[in-house]
Amino acid sequence: MTSIHASSLAVGYGKRPVVDNISLDLKPGELLVLIGTNGSGKSTLLKTLAGLIDPMQGKVTLLGSAPGQLPTQVAYLPQHPVSSHTLPLCVQDVVAMGRFAHLGLFKRSTDTDRAIVLDSMKRTGIDSQANAPIRDLSGGQQQRTHLAQVLARRAEVLLLDEPTAGLDLNGRKAVAELIATERARGVTVVLATHELADAESANLVMLLAQRVVSLGAPAEALRDEYLRECFGFTQPH
Amino acid sequence: MRLALFGGILVACTCAIAGTFVVLRGLAFVGDALAHGVLPGIATAMLLGFSGILGAAIGAAVMMGGVSIVTRRFRLSGDTAIGLLFVGMLALGVVITSRSTSFVGDLARILFGELLGINTTDLAWQFSALLIVGAIAFVSRRPFLLLSVDDGLARTSGFSARMFHNVMLIMVAITVIASFQTVGTLLVLGMLIAPAATGSLFARRIESMMLIAALVGSLSTYIGLLISYHYDLAAGASIVLTAVVIFALSAIANEIRRSRSHDHHDHEHPHVHGEIHV
Repeated sequence: MTSIHASSLAVGYGKRPVVDNISLDLKPGELLVLIGTNGSGKSTLLKTLAGLIDPMQGKVTLLGSAPGQLPTQVAYLPQHPVSSHTLPLCVQDVVAMGRFAHLGLFKRSTDTDRAIVLDSMKRTGIDSQANAPIRDLSGGQQQRTHLAQVLARRAEVLLLDEPTAGLDLNGRKAVAELIATERARGVTVVLATHELADAESANLVMLLAQRVVSLGAPAEALRDEYLRECFGFTQPH
Repeated sequence: MRLALFGGILVACTCAIAGTFVVLRGLAFVGDALAHGVLPGIATAMLLGFSGILGAAIGAAVMMGGVSIVTRRFRLSGDTAIGLLFVGMLALGVVITSRSTSFVGDLARILFGELLGINTTDLAWQFSALLIVGAIAFVSRRPFLLLSVDDGLARTSGFSARMFHNVMLIMVAITVIASFQTVGTLLVLGMLIAPAATGSLFARRIESMMLIAALVGSLSTYIGLLISYHYDLAAGASIVLTAVVIFALSAIANEIRRSRSHDHHDHEHPHVHGEIHV
């Protein structure tokens, strides 16, 4: 069974594709890491997978359906989640919004929903700030809150756009552990990042520079010639 | 006077619900445009002798439809489209009103309302509007909340951002249409924004923001009417001015409170307590 399938996919805005000719298959529990500089197409690809941008060409499915068709099973963390300074919400309310896809307009939340919200806050280490207004939190704490919101979806596919942005070393380690835990329960993860270290545990790595520079296992995709082409430098050996 | 107070409180409650989402989603300019967009409809209704509320509804529909068409067809930004329609509709309203023999009086009544002249029929309209706006906000509370954060979050949660944005605009339009009789089209925006903005300073939940907004709006109505009665001032303007002053005082008090509690921040909300609301 395939979680994410793309063939000859082109993604972009307007008429000009940012990245084209993307073909890949991801199985449940696998991790695809997208690496590239700013503007390389990582976020555009993630938004396409999330259903926020229509694919320009080719075919893409998530869990057998078109992007955006399975909101309860696919969760997306944008690059800079909005935490409006005017938003009068406390952390637990923001995390609880992750359950809205399951509840729709009319379903009443249950004890299970509340337990999932609490568990998601604990897993991201933000439960100690559960009743704090989100507008009073630091950038890193807000990022943990949004990550908890994504976890509260209990989705089968996670699309994470730079989830470690603004986090300190402990925060980054915690995110890596979260991703490992999610994968262990069969969740497929697509992660966009600038950090080469994030690719170590990936099944697939895609190097992007407004085109697919390389795609494969980390050792293959992160070869020096590809890194030089993508970033203009290579990894220290 | 009692009818005026009751009508003003109904306006305050309706505006508290709609205004909360106007403030959270940043729709103040749209609200302003809607408040002025109804002017030609009401003016036409006055000239031709049909219901002002019907005229206002037609004006609001033209305004919302116009903004949608200009934004999509002419590739203009939302605020440019709103600005164009806003001044166009306002000018049209003044032109139509100028055909009236009692031009100044009619225009003043539309812009500033006639709170002291409302009757039980007006109250019934306002109460109906409160029920409708309350029902829309209750049913759409989840997508409205998601939209207040980000359109993309609403869409990836399975809600149509465009549809619920339009539902929110309709809710604001109903509020404006129902409230113009009491506080006028110019001042209804003040009742939409000032109490809700005050609520956003102190609230940690949407429900409490609405409640604070309703209380501030009702208190403004009471104080504004008293001032208007004792000093012979315009009632609608006195109410809105009171609401804005309450906001200013609240903002100052909030800043003082925040600066005092800054050092004790970590002790304020250390753990989960109370029920988790989903």
